[in-house]
This record gives sequence, C-alpha cells and structure tokens, in this order.
Amino acid sequence: MSKILLEIDGQQVEASPDMTVLQAAQKLGIKIPTLCHHEKLEPYGACRLCMVEVESRGSTKFVVSCVYPVENNLVVRTRSEKVDKIRKMILELLLAHAPDSRDLQSYAQEYGADKDRFEKESSFCIHCGLCVRYCAEVKKKNAIGFINRGTHREINFIQEIASKECWNCKECFPLCPTEALQAAYVLSGALASSLPIFEQVAEKNS
Amino acid sequence: MDIERVDQIIEKHNSEASSLIQILLDIQSENRWLPKEALERISEKLQVPLTRIQQIATFYKAFSLVPKGRHGIHICMGTACHVRGAQRVLDTVEELTGIKPGETDLDLRFSLETVNCLGCCALGPVVEIDGEIHGNMSPAETAETLKKYE
Repeated sequence: MSKILLEIDGQQVEASPDMTVLQAAQKLGIKIPTLCHHEKLEPYGACRLCMVEVESRGSTKFVVSCVYPVENNLVVRTRSEKVDKIRKMILELLLAHAPDSRDLQSYAQEYGADKDRFEKESSFCIHCGLCVRYCAEVKKKNAIGFINRGTHREINFIQEIASKECWNCKECFPLCPTEALQAAYVLSGALASSLPIFEQVAEKNS
Repeated sequence: MDIERVDQIIEKHNSEASSLIQILLDIQSENRWLPKEALERISEKLQVPLTRIQQIATFYKAFSLVPKGRHGIHICMGTACHVRGAQRVLDTVEELTGIKPGETDLDLRFSLETVNCLGCCALGPVVEIDGEIHGNMSPAETAETLKKYE
C-alpha cells in the first residue's frame, strides 16, 4: 500500500498515498491552473480553478484536484470540454470581482473567458486566502484574517499586530493574485496613522 | 464590563480554546456586546489568534462588536406579518425611537432589528422585545408597548 498507480491524461504515474491529484499531475509536468494553491501551505480548495474530471469505479465526476487524494486505478482528465467550460465559468465569475488581475487575465485568455460577461462588482479580493493562510501557517503572526460572512466576507488586518510585524515582512504581497491585499494594507495603515493625528488635533483644540 | 469578570468567565470554561464560542456568548449575553479589550484578553488566555476570534465574532449574528441598547426590538417582516401590516409597525417604531433596523439609539435604550419569521405567523404582526412576544400589533398598540421599556 506504499505506492499508488493512477492515470493522468493517458500517462501512468506512481504516487505516494498522501499526495493529491494536483501534486501527481505536477510530478508528470502537467499544468493545472491554480489560484489558491501554494506548496508551503495546506490545501484549501477555495478557487475551484484546478477542477478536473476523474473516473473511478466506472463513474465520472468533477473534483477539485488540489484537495482530492490520489487513489489506485484513478483515471484523471485535466482538460476536457466540460472541464474547460467549468474553468471558463469560474474565471468569468472571478473576473467580475477583480477585472484587472494579471493572473486572471492570462488564464482568461487561455480558456476564452469574457471578463465582461457578468456585471462588475469590484471587490478586488477573490477570497483565495493565500495572505491569511501564509500569515498563519508560515509566519505564525496572524496579522490578517477574514471577517464577516457570505457576500460581505473580506480580509482585515489586525492593526496592533500589523503595525509591529508587517512593515519588515510583506511576504504575502506577491502572493495575492489581485490588488486587494495591498489596498487593504495601505488602507488600514492610513487609518492607523491618521488616528494619532486626529487625537493630537483634538487635544490642541481642547 | 471589567477585565476581572472576563477572566471569571474564561475560568468557568477552564480556559479551553474549544469553548471559545461559549465564552463569547456568555460575555455577549451579560454585556450585550463584545468590547475589544475582552476579545484581546480571551485571545491571550486561550492562545487563540485575534484574527480567529474576529472571524467568529463577525460571522455569527448573535455577536455584536458595537454597544447594543438595553432592550432589543425584533420586528417580524415575514410574509404573514407583512400582509397584516408589519411595515406600518416598523415605521411607527422607527419614528418613536429615531433609529433604523440595525441601529442603536444614543441613550442605549433600544436596538432595532428586523427578522424574517418568528415562527408564530398566526399572531402577526409580531414584535418581539427582550424575548417577549407581542402579537397582533397595531401601530398605536406598539407605541403603548414601547413606553413600558425604559
């Protein structure tokens, strides 16, 4: 039970039981598009872009390859008409939130996604959780987290921690597939630095 | 709410990180909201990151990060109450208290919320104040009832 044999895009690959389908595909050099995946972080399955078609015990289903563990005799198709259609849809939905994202635009070109298909709702953040998870898992600082729920969900810096830790780190910045993270950082920084000024002004006037 | 009381509540739950939501609920019901100092204290005592606490406190509607009034008014806007004139009841309450749903007045007397069904449609329009159900409310009766709460 040490090695697992599966087939990805017609090629046989040997994988260890703790691997995911995405990792097995990467071993073969097959590229699966991802947004929320990062090799240093735990699998998260937020963006759903790495969706693939798997066939096991005679039935086909669509799974998110970054969180789907490998199994024996699994047949994986990373590109098919249906997979491409799903990815195109996901990209179009994400582009409604972050139309200017470079990563999204290059994938959109590959999958023929129309960035204007859905009405713009520029929140910039696509909730990939890379910044939040990197800060918690790798840096162990927990300076940034999610707040609220559903359509109101957004990233938020804890000011007290951010003012101490973030200035010298900023390692999460290049991870962000959009510009949301930097915007949030600049905004929270501006709010924090303007507060003492307001207090000073209030003191002078009193 | 002073920090000693927060500590007492944390002690009551044996400072276990798994009791985080229970601790937050206890503070919420006693204090009607969750002050930042309390959250920081919990974070420190339970060894739970503040981001996690903030995520939970903003996820559940039961928690409030801003002060709430002494009396919570919930006006049912469900279908049955709506057709029986819940909107007029809401208008009356808004006018008398000067606040809109989701707000609290400056004296911290009332907090107003609308809800979608309280589960007793036969009593519509229903107004719930501090957990007490008032059924078949007319605007005039609502005004009378509100006077009882100081």
